[in-house]
Amino acid sequence: MKKLGFVVVAVLVAALVLPVLTPSAQAEGEPFRVAVVMPSTVNDLAFSQSIYDALVAIQEERGEENFQIDYSENLFVVEDAATALRDYAAEGYDLVIAHGSQYGSSLEEIAPEFPDTAFAWGTTVNTFQDEGITNVYAYEARSEQGAFVQGVMAGMLTKSNVIGVIGPIETGDAKLYVDGFSAGVAYQNPDAEVLVNYIQSFSDVALAAAAAEAMLDEGADILTGTAQMVPGAVNKAKEAGALWFGTQADQASLAPEIVVASQVYDWTVALNPIIEDIEAGEINGEAFSLTLENGGLNIVFNEDFELDEAVMARAEEIMDAIVNGDISFEIDDEGNLSVIEAETESEG
Amino acid sequence: MIDVIKALLTVSALASGIRLATPYLYAAIGETYGQRSGVLNLGVEGVMLMGAFTSFWAVNRFTPEGATTYEPTALLIGVLVALAVGFVMGLATAFINVTLQAEQGISGIGIYLFGLGMSDLLFQRLFQGVETVNGFPKIYIPGLSDIPVVGELLFRQNLLVYIAFALVPITWFVMNKTTLGLKIRAVGQNPEAADTMGISVVKVRYFTVTLGSMLAAVAGASLSIAEHNVYFYNMTAGMGFIAVALVYFGSWRARGVMFGALLFSLVTAIQLRASTLGIGIPDEYLRMTPYLLTIIALVFASQRIDQPAALTKPFERGE
Repeated sequence: MKKLGFVVVAVLVAALVLPVLTPSAQAEGEPFRVAVVMPSTVNDLAFSQSIYDALVAIQEERGEENFQIDYSENLFVVEDAATALRDYAAEGYDLVIAHGSQYGSSLEEIAPEFPDTAFAWGTTVNTFQDEGITNVYAYEARSEQGAFVQGVMAGMLTKSNVIGVIGPIETGDAKLYVDGFSAGVAYQNPDAEVLVNYIQSFSDVALAAAAAEAMLDEGADILTGTAQMVPGAVNKAKEAGALWFGTQADQASLAPEIVVASQVYDWTVALNPIIEDIEAGEINGEAFSLTLENGGLNIVFNEDFELDEAVMARAEEIMDAIVNGDISFEIDDEGNLSVIEAETESEG
Repeated sequence: MIDVIKALLTVSALASGIRLATPYLYAAIGETYGQRSGVLNLGVEGVMLMGAFTSFWAVNRFTPEGATTYEPTALLIGVLVALAVGFVMGLATAFINVTLQAEQGISGIGIYLFGLGMSDLLFQRLFQGVETVNGFPKIYIPGLSDIPVVGELLFRQNLLVYIAFALVPITWFVMNKTTLGLKIRAVGQNPEAADTMGISVVKVRYFTVTLGSMLAAVAGASLSIAEHNVYFYNMTAGMGFIAVALVYFGSWRARGVMFGALLFSLVTAIQLRASTLGIGIPDEYLRMTPYLLTIIALVFASQRIDQPAALTKPFERGE
């Protein structure tokens, strides 16, 4: 009897784990085949959804018969992701995307084994060129740019002069977003206090909610946050009537009455040139950045939210300043952000 | 220093701590029933996730499109659906642990993985993306909620918070003052003796494990349709395992479990305020404090002498 119990459990476990790791095969015709491995789900309203939406947009443009997308979700564990990446490469996909900064060291091992396959890794600027690897593209989002614009808006909209920012772990585009937003607030409204809390998790919705609550208690009337765990915080903001700024994907649907705007990533800006390279047979492992200037970053205003015209105008003015280089951002080796204003007569 | 403590120990921090304790209370009290009868159920986390998802789905499904406020029928259905799911998973757990006599530490992990995978699969199939629902509103108890400090702490919570705390004296009463409680304790202490006295060990264990599982499912629902009103992959993030630890912490007594849950969640609430206010301790260390505290408390405070003697031991009737 005891043994049977074990068998039942073993079957349950196996049934759950196995399907995750089996990419689907296909033949017939010669469509462009792309596979993406991601840490959360394609509908997370954040990081993973942003790349999936971009691939779907490209598919719509090229036609489903010419462009095939396969993906593996929820591979937050690096070892599982590495297995999936290797499988996709072995299956002969034209482009294999490792959508998560944590996948880097796995990719460094796998890419040289499949020299004819093109890989893309984000978000990062490292293409392993120094290690002699030439088939890895890199992509990143300069999320501090849109964050700065949103920070300026928040600085104008706040009445309590307290603004809360929730981050996951102090690294990558999350850190850029948090720092950019804080800099934007300080630029517009030096009197406002920005409360920052990195909750040390990309997935703990409950913790993000509790962090939001702590900020609201401190008097925050505007919140923002980055990564997949923010829906918990959005809900707390909604209950308290505080405003919310989104990033990575358009988050207005979560709370139409309080979302002012979202910074939306459009990865097609990086993916289209990569795909063109591959089709031309010229894989070169470039690094791409999404910026406001190249249209990879967009501030999407929530249509259901009545935004003051002065704030909207100011946001557009700041966006123009970033696009034409009057305001630029520099990140030092330690990842610290500084805002650089060009020596023109632009007012502060 | 005193300023820092004052800033951290605000009324709202304490109120937040009480709310955060709710899912732990449901799950850990449910687990207490099972463990008192000798069954360790490590699958709590998986049941919580299933409860969180299914109740969220039900509330989403039965709230009229475009509703701006909560819908009592939808919320009731949400809780009932969670209870039903907990019931089914509880029966399955009892079948595996009691009838098949599986190794309880291992089978629980199987149930956890099942809940984790299944809740996400259903979410992917039934929802297009992250959504929110109108969950249980806060109920201001007339009169009492106006009392300074205490009113805000205790009498401005949602219904599921009140029920969670009501379970503490109810559980004490059931365990200590009823025949059922006597049977549960007898089965957990000495199943052979209980058996010779005509108590059906199997029946009692099926009952406690299923009840515990139903409460675990409500613990999940208290997150997705009362506290956060959103469902998200793996949204319990380890709470079910903490709940199992809290049962040991509370020496298998409802009151002890409650203090453990409150301590853990208060430290979590205060810790979040500390890192928001930036008191100079890195976030990484602050995030550890509730867990560190739980481990330390488990090592030093737990009186293992109260542990049910037959815990994790399957019962086989003598030939």
